[in-house]
Amino acid sequence: MNSAKSTVPFKGTPEQEAQLLKVIEEKKSDKGALMPILQKAQEIYGYLPIEVQAIISDNTGIPLEKIYGVVTFYAQFSLYPKGEYTISVCLGTACYVKGSGDIYNKLQEKLGIGGGECTADGKFSLDACRCIGACGLAPVLTVNEDVYGRLTVDDVDKILAKYA
Amino acid sequence: MENITVKINGVELEVPKGTTVLEAAHMAGFEIPTLCYMKEINEIGACRICVTEVNEGRGFRLVAGCVYPCSNNMEVLTNSPKVIASRKRTLELILSTHDRKCLSCVRSGNCELQKLAKDYGVEDASLYDGEKNVYEIDDTAAHMYRDNNKCILCRRCVAVCSKTQGIGVIGANERGFKTYIGSAFDMGLGETSCVSCGQCIAVCPVGAISEKDYTKDVMAAIADPEKTVLVQTAPAVRAGLGEAFGLPIGTNVEGKMVAALRRLGFDKVFDTDFAADLTIMEEANEFLERVQNGGTLPLITSCSPGWVKFCEHYYPDLLDHLSSCKSPQQMFGATAKTYWAEKMGIDPKNIVMVSIMPCTAKKFEIGRDDESAAGVPDVDFALTTRELGRMIERAGINFLGLEDEKFDDPLGLSTGAGVIFGATGGVMEAALRTAVHTLTGENPIDFPQVRGTEGIKEAEYPVGDLKVKVKVASGLSNARQILDDIRAGKCDAQFIEIMACPGGCVNGGGQPQVPMGIRNFVDIRAERAKVLYNLDKSMPFRQSHENPAIKKVYEEFFEKPGSHKAHEVLHTSYVKRKVNEI
Repeated sequence: MNSAKSTVPFKGTPEQEAQLLKVIEEKKSDKGALMPILQKAQEIYGYLPIEVQAIISDNTGIPLEKIYGVVTFYAQFSLYPKGEYTISVCLGTACYVKGSGDIYNKLQEKLGIGGGECTADGKFSLDACRCIGACGLAPVLTVNEDVYGRLTVDDVDKILAKYA
Repeated sequence: MENITVKINGVELEVPKGTTVLEAAHMAGFEIPTLCYMKEINEIGACRICVTEVNEGRGFRLVAGCVYPCSNNMEVLTNSPKVIASRKRTLELILSTHDRKCLSCVRSGNCELQKLAKDYGVEDASLYDGEKNVYEIDDTAAHMYRDNNKCILCRRCVAVCSKTQGIGVIGANERGFKTYIGSAFDMGLGETSCVSCGQCIAVCPVGAISEKDYTKDVMAAIADPEKTVLVQTAPAVRAGLGEAFGLPIGTNVEGKMVAALRRLGFDKVFDTDFAADLTIMEEANEFLERVQNGGTLPLITSCSPGWVKFCEHYYPDLLDHLSSCKSPQQMFGATAKTYWAEKMGIDPKNIVMVSIMPCTAKKFEIGRDDESAAGVPDVDFALTTRELGRMIERAGINFLGLEDEKFDDPLGLSTGAGVIFGATGGVMEAALRTAVHTLTGENPIDFPQVRGTEGIKEAEYPVGDLKVKVKVASGLSNARQILDDIRAGKCDAQFIEIMACPGGCVNGGGQPQVPMGIRNFVDIRAERAKVLYNLDKSMPFRQSHENPAIKKVYEEFFEKPGSHKAHEVLHTSYVKRKVNEI
């Protein structure tokens, strides 16, 4: 079990926690406070791991499961931090018909993580994105600010090696 | 209240404004099937099995009958071809990602989905097969497992856990086709602050959640010639077991149950009611001691292991209020493996103590620390009423044809005070019968203010020079109100009874499941409780201290309530737990 617990060690600081507690204190008596608290928490920490959700649960009395249910319902919330290198694979129409789905799958296999997740060493995180306006180069992926186009599945290893 | 007129399948009737289509149809004699709807607890209109055609002047259209309010002059069709076709399609879609392993499913025969599939003629359950979700079974909890491959996402379990019990350790995760019921961060239920009450199991329409079944282990122990296998039955079991054999809700089957247990091969058939009397001796004594010596008050009962675990997780600061008395189940096992074993000259290691309980938390309780008076666990197997029903069925015992039999002596002897333990307020009433007698020598028997199924009850009794204020709560969200008052220093009661399940053990998580179509209209708590109060009235002794077997066990073994020996064998301790253990 515990498959959804992030394998990246939690690095929250006392300052971040104080900030979050302040947000909770301000909002917790409002009706429907959970969504705005979660949005602020994600702003503060960048993601919503169990440590952050437990702080929210302990200080609002909202069951942890209810919080987790909301976090996993909305795509805007993430259970995983961003890696040092964020890989985004375009799954927009043009890239997809040119085979970006295969590239995305290959990256998941190589990195051993699913979409939206981060490798245990905190190095790479993987996301799918929609059209980035480079259809002429399809299929396209980006690693932080670097853009790679006209890719095949065989290019994946070379790209990853650059950042290793 | 303003009344309106509705016409249901041609039957015209007046109903109060605000009545739903489902309720109005029930009044007119038509049942609308449901899978998600639970009156006042889960009114979400999600499963769409209750769709019904209504015409409010603009032609007929389909609405969710369970939540749609009637309007004046509304016409309703609950069984039109369009309604039937829609319900059938919904069933086919539900079944398209269901594992459909009905043959050996624990709910086969009383599954609400299976019944509907048959009623609506779903011949091809694989009609809409496509992508399927496949889930691992969660068996991390001591008392139950979850098999989401059978789950239909009705959310009844989620609703009782969060609303009725105020716990909320299960809920819906992810969205759309990937939605599943589980705990935060996919923790196993056993890693959460679940209290094991089993109310989720009692309301599940299908076989997605069920107690862990130990019937095979018990039958193996019975077959082992080295072992002396004893069984004890909780008060509420005799008020529920009949339902497993088609008898009406609220049928007393004590005699048949004893006969069936004997035919299953148990060496002695004893009664937990005996230990309920023993509990009263110890608890009434503890209460009077605390009152006289300035101990922590209010004293709160500790018979309900779901409540005890709840207190440990959610109110660990109030654990001093909990009675140190073991629950009757554990007192029984402890007494059987010390006093009775010694008397019979049997090594407690060769005794297998089986209990039949209306409860799933009892499965957790038998594994607690400080519950092994003879150096071996007080109780070896805790089976639910449902498991006993299955054992009797499997053994081919003609339950309905059995002649009534009596419990074995001496641990089968009990009083009316013991038997009412199974209903909310029963422990309090039993304790008052003995406490008042001890203090004043008077013998009042009836304390009607603490009876009934309301979630919170309170009463005040003059006892000699004392005014004793008592409170009774059942259902953990009701308990919370009292506990929050104690925390805030606003509770003026001296003695409080808390039961985890609404209505007490008669409505425990281990009792036979009653289809929601019946539960929504019949108060099963009250019907089953009547059995216990009728038994109480018929008993020769109605105060625990009058029980001859209890008198004897104190003479021969425990000396007096609260003695050193009694503390060693009959009392226990608690642990502080957290809500979110990460």
